Amino acid sequence: MTTEIARHWRLNAQRYQLIGEVCPKCNGKIFPPRDVCPYCADDHAQPEYKFSGQGEVYSYTTVNKAPEGYEEMAPYTVALVKLEEGPLVTAQLTDVANDSVSIGMPVEMVTRKLYTQGDEGLIVYGYKFRPHLVAA
Amino acid sequence: MRDVSIIGIGQIPVGEHWEKSLRHVAYQAIAAAMHDANIERADALYVGNMLSGEISGQAHLGALLADFAGLRGIEAVKVEAACASGSAAFRHAYIGVASGLQNITIAVGVEKMTDDIGSKLTAGLASAADADYEVIHGVSFVALNALIMQRYMYEYKVKHEDFAGFAVTAHANGAHNPNAMFQQPISQASFMKASMIAHPITLLDASPMGDGAAAVILCPTEQAREFSDNAIQVKGSAVATDSLSIHDRRDPLWLHAGELSAQRAYHQANVTPADIDFFELHDAFTIMAALSLEACGFAERGKGTWLARDGEIGLQGKIPISTRGGLKARGHPVGATGLYQIVEAVQQLRGQADANQIANARLGMTQNIGGSGATIITHIFEGK
Repeated sequence: MTTEIARHWRLNAQRYQLIGEVCPKCNGKIFPPRDVCPYCADDHAQPEYKFSGQGEVYSYTTVNKAPEGYEEMAPYTVALVKLEEGPLVTAQLTDVANDSVSIGMPVEMVTRKLYTQGDEGLIVYGYKFRPHLVAA
Repeated sequence: MRDVSIIGIGQIPVGEHWEKSLRHVAYQAIAAAMHDANIERADALYVGNMLSGEISGQAHLGALLADFAGLRGIEAVKVEAACASGSAAFRHAYIGVASGLQNITIAVGVEKMTDDIGSKLTAGLASAADADYEVIHGVSFVALNALIMQRYMYEYKVKHEDFAGFAVTAHANGAHNPNAMFQQPISQASFMKASMIAHPITLLDASPMGDGAAAVILCPTEQAREFSDNAIQVKGSAVATDSLSIHDRRDPLWLHAGELSAQRAYHQANVTPADIDFFELHDAFTIMAALSLEACGFAERGKGTWLARDGEIGLQGKIPISTRGGLKARGHPVGATGLYQIVEAVQQLRGQADANQIANARLGMTQNIGGSGATIITHIFEGK
């Protein structure tokens, strides 16, 4: 049951810290990381870039019928989040009622449990987004 | 390159075929197509399928189906491009003949959805999306389409009821197709009352999944008359790609691969959208019908639903779609869907569409979408 370890372990930097890349040629901020810049097709090595985790909801929906391994969490809200640095990311929203989400809502990244592989299997952690907390 | 024509078609009704295995439904479609073309041998078999490994525990469909079709020994492979697998298999069968490497080829699309009907099937369908950056977040395939539809409605100020015409038209046409999974018309009122799946997508925005298999036989146009009096020529054939994930697209509300493949197919066929007599599009969800019409130049950006509102997608309209029920009513047996579209286009161009026949149909187009828009395959066919 633990044979998927490497597949998830190698993505820890992205999943735990939202580490992407910045293109040395066009300065475009890239998330998720990839080998060729999606903006200018430059294929030089791209330095790491840590995203702030701040963004807003670009679109959202509620999953009622969940895929295998996610049934316990349903219903849950998934969203496309527009990061303040530019890229969109797909993620779940958390700490929010499913029916109180709206397009344009400010959100911030938090680390949560993404997926549990059965009773004795892997637990995968990673980013979710919650409504932006304003200091009292 | 040689001109290529379709000389035989075969299909089984889309539905729940609990008593039949994948190999058997595929064989039925292949045998029907070979009988229609009056051939006993072929040079190659291309199988379109997405999920056999996940839900039937069966990979290696090329050899399996060649053997079961009585064609042991011929070249045979499976082609996979998620929901566009069927058209991808057709594309390879077309390339085989057009290139001159093969003379008679078979393309079959098959999906045996009911071999697993639980969360494993939901997970299998989601594997069309990005495993590391979409699927890990628990996004189902319906949810991906819902993310696009939600933003589309916000951006273009479109209401959910504006999509009703796509579902109502598809079901009206499916009512006259004996191979359709659902053969009952639905009303605008029932569309408005349908239960929610993933907001804003309701049950009647979504196509039903079922078992299915459809097949065609291809040969060089110059030899087509030896086999068939009503051969249909392939005038355009194009595949284009976009990012697997929605979040990596420049514009998540635009099917860039749909535009690219349609433009290439128009160019090959030397036609414009105004020349197309009917369009079998990929209405897996109503939002995809709107986006496909826009990407192919039948509607302006954000105005795909206007064609439905104005009655232009019906059999008498400016651009009839889903003329045999589309994915919505005929059903969406994932890897077989592209070949159902092509079989239905051939029926229209042969004048065999019965109650759904479009008068004087000469040019038909099909568009098959893989994933949320990452692989889009467009074909244009010409009858006599």
